[in-house]
Amino acid sequence: MSVGETPELVTDKLILNIGPSHPITHGTLRIQVQLDGETIERAGCEIGYLHRGFEKQAENCFYQQVIPFAERLNYMGPVHNSNAWCYAVEQLLGIEAPPRAQAIRVITSELARIIDHAICLGTNLVDLGALTNFWYLYGYREKINDLFEELCGARMMVNYPRIGGVMEDVPEGWLDKVKVVMTEMDIVIAEVKGLVAKNRIFIDRTRGVGVITKEQAMSWGVTGPCLRACGLDYDLRKQNPYWGYEKYDFDVPVYQNGDTNDRMMIRFDEMEQSRRIIIQAIDQIPEGPVVSGDTRIALPDKDKVHNTMEGLISHFKMIMHGIPIESGEIYSVTEGGNGELGFYIVSDGSPNAYRVRVRPPCFANYSVFPHIIIGSQLADIAAALGSINVIAGELDR
Amino acid sequence: MDQSSIASKVAEQFKSKLVSSGECAGQSFITINPIDLVEILSWLKSDTELKFDRLMDIGGVDLIDHPSEPAHRFEVVYQLLSYELGHRFRVKVAVKNESVGVPSLWTMWGIANWMEREVFDLFGINFDGHPNMRRILCHEDFVGHALRKDYPIDKRQMLSRPVASVMTEKQEWA
Repeated sequence: MSVGETPELVTDKLILNIGPSHPITHGTLRIQVQLDGETIERAGCEIGYLHRGFEKQAENCFYQQVIPFAERLNYMGPVHNSNAWCYAVEQLLGIEAPPRAQAIRVITSELARIIDHAICLGTNLVDLGALTNFWYLYGYREKINDLFEELCGARMMVNYPRIGGVMEDVPEGWLDKVKVVMTEMDIVIAEVKGLVAKNRIFIDRTRGVGVITKEQAMSWGVTGPCLRACGLDYDLRKQNPYWGYEKYDFDVPVYQNGDTNDRMMIRFDEMEQSRRIIIQAIDQIPEGPVVSGDTRIALPDKDKVHNTMEGLISHFKMIMHGIPIESGEIYSVTEGGNGELGFYIVSDGSPNAYRVRVRPPCFANYSVFPHIIIGSQLADIAAALGSINVIAGELDR
Repeated sequence: MDQSSIASKVAEQFKSKLVSSGECAGQSFITINPIDLVEILSWLKSDTELKFDRLMDIGGVDLIDHPSEPAHRFEVVYQLLSYELGHRFRVKVAVKNESVGVPSLWTMWGIANWMEREVFDLFGINFDGHPNMRRILCHEDFVGHALRKDYPIDKRQMLSRPVASVMTEKQEWA
């Protein structure tokens, strides 16, 4: 080669495999992309690495035995899933939990939403190289985990809800502690937002990246914060209130661009709205029982089991023969941390469900992912994937 | 509109095409044959009073052990939602056995692509016209369909071969 002559560049397309154990995929996802330079031309996703047969398992045990399994669906905000499962079975039974239990469900579910969003934001920012925020948000999450520990002894997989209510009443003074932790949220959000919201690098990495259009969101069944970031105002807590959500005054934040930045910012706003709901729920919490008094549905008090024949019989029947449910079916929906969490239960009159189908919000949200990253840069995958908040436990069930 | 009035409106429109209809816990549903699926769902999507513009879920049910002993073995259950009007409805498709295919809805709703793959994976129901009918949750070497009632719950299969390519020929099939 003589001086002044440029060699011809080889410009082959590169097939690149990301995951399943790549740091940005957190759980277990695999993305394969075809690159032209740094630009993504084609993409495909493989899922199922965490498939453990939740639905099959749920068909083979009693309704009340599904509660701990359900918590392992979205393991970032576990208690909401078991609350939703109990609510679905209650709808099938045609009963309602007592008002105090419903208020406790609202409080625990909103706490779960806060930690779900905190983890999503923390890890997404780590993927973008902003490690400090991760400590701030995880530190706050620790405080909420401590609250759960005090509530029922477990920090994450609480196994606290029951069909017909909750396991037991909240401990003395617990509600006041929740309020204190809620007041500390301002500091965390101010610290994290102060670091990122007007940060040039953060904005360049997230604005206009991984845009889900309104049409895509409608067609792909996107729900939750991802949907509301596209300018579509749909929240089941408003549209289809359950557990007395209609009593609480809160706003549904809606953003317009549908990009990574909006999906992250909306989560900060939703954390603040969840706090509003929790404070109101604590202030308005009614007195009364926390679980249904019908001993065919919920276990009687331990005192009754030990000291009365009827209590002992009810306990034995419940443990050995399960809850009597007539044949029928229900599709029950609640607003989980990532969107519409649906349980479709078919009952044939036996103590275990004939068929349990989970409608996982992540599955729908993630199925649009290979379409939204086309044309963007390779590094944008990290930003966009984190902001969709795919929880593999729920995606693969 | 409440679900029972939706059911009666649909029954009025497609009287001869309904296999059955029912109601449970305040939710109504209709059962139809696979051949009528596209026509009925297109009508539900476009009708001005119903506007079922969102498909939220597709799930399969294996009815082989069900005490009601229906004439069909499988059902594919579609959960519809109207974004604007806020109402929901359930449409079930009666699938006689695994040799009967159900028309794919992936051109009507993007969500149907992965959801139908999952029903195929776990129940072995085929969707005609689907561009990428591969397993999605189980490994591609998996034998049988895990959510069928005749698949034993304790049956294990050791599968570890990595899947070579996960990209589809055309991007819109992904």
